[in-house]
Amino acid sequence: MSTAVPTPSTEALPALSLSNRAPTGAPRVPVTKKALTADHPTWCPGCGDFAVLAAFYRVLEKLQYPHENIVTFAGIGCSSRFPYFVNTHGGHFIHGRSLPFAAGISLGRDDLHVFVFGGDGDGFSIGGNHLVHTARKNVRLTYVIMDNFVYGLTKKQTSPTSPIGFKSKTDPTGAMDQPINPMRTLVNSGATFIARSHATQVNHMIDMMTRAAQHDGFSVVEILSECVEFYAGAFDAANPRKGGAFRSIELKKHDGTPEDASRHDPTDELAAYKLATEPWPGSFGIFYEVKRPTKNRLEADLIARARERTKGAADLDLLQASFARLR
Amino acid sequence: MVGSNSPMAGAETPGASTVQTVPDAVIRLAGNSQDGIQTIGGFLARLAGRSDQDVMTYMTIPSTISGGPSIFQVRMGTGEILSAGDHADFLVAFYQHSYDAHLHSLRPGGVLVYDSDHVKPDPEDKRFTAVGIPITSLTVEAVGGASKDKGKNIFVLGLIARAFNLDVEKLRTLVTERFGGRAEDIVRNAMLAFDAGYAMPVENLLGHCYRFDHKPRVTGQRAQVTMDGNTALTYGLLAAGVRHGSGYPITPWSSIMEMLRTELPKYGGVFVQAEDELSAVSQALGFSYSGHLAVTGSSGPGLSLKMEALGWAVMAEMPLIVVNVQRGGPSTGLPTNVEQSDLLQAIYGSHGDAPRVVLAPRDVEDCFYVAIEAGRIAREYSTPVLILSDFALATRIEAFEEPDLEKLMADPKPDLSGRGADYKPYPLERITRHAPPGSRMESGTYPVVTGLEHDEMGHPTGSPELHTRMTAKRREKIKRLAATLPVPEIYGDAKGDVLVVGWGSTFGPIRDAVKTLRAAGEKTGQVHLRHVHPLPPGLEEVFRGYRHICVVEMNDEGLYGHGQLATLLRARYANPAIRSIAKTDGLTFKVREIVDGIKRLQAAAGSNGKNHA
Repeated sequence: MSTAVPTPSTEALPALSLSNRAPTGAPRVPVTKKALTADHPTWCPGCGDFAVLAAFYRVLEKLQYPHENIVTFAGIGCSSRFPYFVNTHGGHFIHGRSLPFAAGISLGRDDLHVFVFGGDGDGFSIGGNHLVHTARKNVRLTYVIMDNFVYGLTKKQTSPTSPIGFKSKTDPTGAMDQPINPMRTLVNSGATFIARSHATQVNHMIDMMTRAAQHDGFSVVEILSECVEFYAGAFDAANPRKGGAFRSIELKKHDGTPEDASRHDPTDELAAYKLATEPWPGSFGIFYEVKRPTKNRLEADLIARARERTKGAADLDLLQASFARLR
Repeated sequence: MVGSNSPMAGAETPGASTVQTVPDAVIRLAGNSQDGIQTIGGFLARLAGRSDQDVMTYMTIPSTISGGPSIFQVRMGTGEILSAGDHADFLVAFYQHSYDAHLHSLRPGGVLVYDSDHVKPDPEDKRFTAVGIPITSLTVEAVGGASKDKGKNIFVLGLIARAFNLDVEKLRTLVTERFGGRAEDIVRNAMLAFDAGYAMPVENLLGHCYRFDHKPRVTGQRAQVTMDGNTALTYGLLAAGVRHGSGYPITPWSSIMEMLRTELPKYGGVFVQAEDELSAVSQALGFSYSGHLAVTGSSGPGLSLKMEALGWAVMAEMPLIVVNVQRGGPSTGLPTNVEQSDLLQAIYGSHGDAPRVVLAPRDVEDCFYVAIEAGRIAREYSTPVLILSDFALATRIEAFEEPDLEKLMADPKPDLSGRGADYKPYPLERITRHAPPGSRMESGTYPVVTGLEHDEMGHPTGSPELHTRMTAKRREKIKRLAATLPVPEIYGDAKGDVLVVGWGSTFGPIRDAVKTLRAAGEKTGQVHLRHVHPLPPGLEEVFRGYRHICVVEMNDEGLYGHGQLATLLRARYANPAIRSIAKTDGLTFKVREIVDGIKRLQAAAGSNGKNHA
């Protein structure tokens, strides 16, 4: 077989500037489902992830960000195939590290809208440490965790959210370890926007993802998304069509009415924690939402203060001055 | 005299207070790390730099949290200083343990200055000129107040200034620059200590004092700058256009990330301290993906943690600079000692077939230029580039000519220009050019960047043909780079008995060893590799010119008797004349060790009758 020999690149690196984003000549087209559709999903028929994808298209249609400024990234797992099915800039990183990768994108470029998709293995197991630290740093990006309580891509092993007793190939007699409670973990982590949704509730998902995208900070939405192949019926208890009850969180309106007293105040961390400890299947909606300076903002401030001290000196002058001090 | 290791054996006139002119001198200061030994070592190095002299330092730092024995060795003088010196000419011992541990490093006939408040020297030992001075009590007397013995380092600086006829005004300026900006009494106390040390009639005690041979520099040269290797590497990254990065603290890489964290905001950049090494390399790759030239770095164990993501960078063809400041390993190993045992990890670590570029700076100055080259290669070839520095380079201070920054500064801005309708993220016939987010796609199709094997558009594929062709694409671009590299220069004899090959920080001692051998009439050459992966062209031909090819490196000879570079070179050139001089004591090579090693290899080859010509 002939192998390719790349020809040398004769082009010099182009003169670069953040402002050289010259239009290509092509007219700007609205962001539509058609424009966003890419490869046909490789998920199993009936997988909850199809609904998440459909909802995400609708979110982007609603928000109408410049198409080229949308970034969709993911780690490894069934749900992490997501970026192949969305026609935006994006890609597929390694298992568990999509959050720090996305943090790099977000902190490197304030003009982008960064969305990260992943599953429970990516988010709560191999990448658990990154979830906590991205949350506490409040990096501006949106993280959607498609939680199916099982490792699907590797064909049914126990996941960090599998309930005790769940029979898998790695726990044939039933899972024995205490599962992660995602909402509780997230409230503890310092995330500034935390919501929970269900893949059978399309409008609810759209609402949650839209509000997450609009949140200035680290926003995370856990979506219960059924794996029909390896954990069918896992989320029926919250699916009205399967005889369950989808209980959505009513947010406080601060209208002084007596019924407002029983509504949830999303800025109340203890109340969020209480909601997170409700018995299965719990409630759906916004658990927590507060304003806290983003790392993006804090880094920008650091730059502004540094530039003020150096009176905005050019890069060359700065480095020359550093060398002059070492003469 | 340079490289002879007996630099102070200049002509001496008998009688008190004579001045002896020397080409260079090795001064070793031995005490505890909290005594500010590094500080005076640094002053001497800076002074040498400002006086257009050559300088090199050698430092050991204990890995304990605070305190512990520490040394700083300065070799300063005129001419080319390539190594910190096998033996000291002038030893200052602050404590008994300093005396006990470092007397062996003093050459016979050398000068021992000890603090008679702490050290009881062996009165029978007549090998050295021993001078006891109550350094501690004289410092306390001079400075007074509540500062205790703080300042005895500066006292010793004054003493050395007198013994070596150093430029006192320049030293005063350096001290003031260093302590200025702090409380006034700190500068005042430093000056009091300095003057007290300088007032010691040390020439009477020694019978003479010294003066460095002064050779005026050729006019038109740029000023000299003095810094350690980590500083030079950091400035090289800035010149290369690096404005973004992420890291996790580990000795001896940390000072690079500390400096980047302080410097980058001034340049409009961001450096993130990550929660771990995995996050650090991932964030750096995120910066790269967003269009910036980014850096991450670590030391041995941390590099191991980054390996999975490096595999992704190779597969996704993402530019990235990865600095590895090597230390003794494996595992936590010797955190504050030197070793070159990460070469194979740097080249072959990670999983799958993952060709990438590995460069190694040979001295402090080269740290600056290697960083710039790494940036250029990373962008041009869309590849991760590893820089292998080490503990010795990181901490030692050298003077070098100030770089011509106007010519060297790279443009750091991302390329967000629109991409034409024919844009492919992974073209088979061309080197990948990443289109960062923000770039508009005329085709309406946005690129997917991925660690799965992919077709030209970035779609996952399991096609046997495509995996073969894409693997070749990733390999061939590195080979294409190899073809552009210069044939390594030979120092010394272009043909002869012995070629000494090295890489990284061993450059200086190897050069001194080659000089020593050539001075003794041996036909000897030196090749020092900056490009360790891919290897430069022409080495095969160079190797043919010698009977022995001795590869000198600070790592283990391994199961098959060859150090890591020697193993690579033997695999690549299948030349049995390639043999190994390797060691793992955590210390830099002494010139003598290299010379002896070469003689051993020559003798072994001779006795076996294996003359490979």
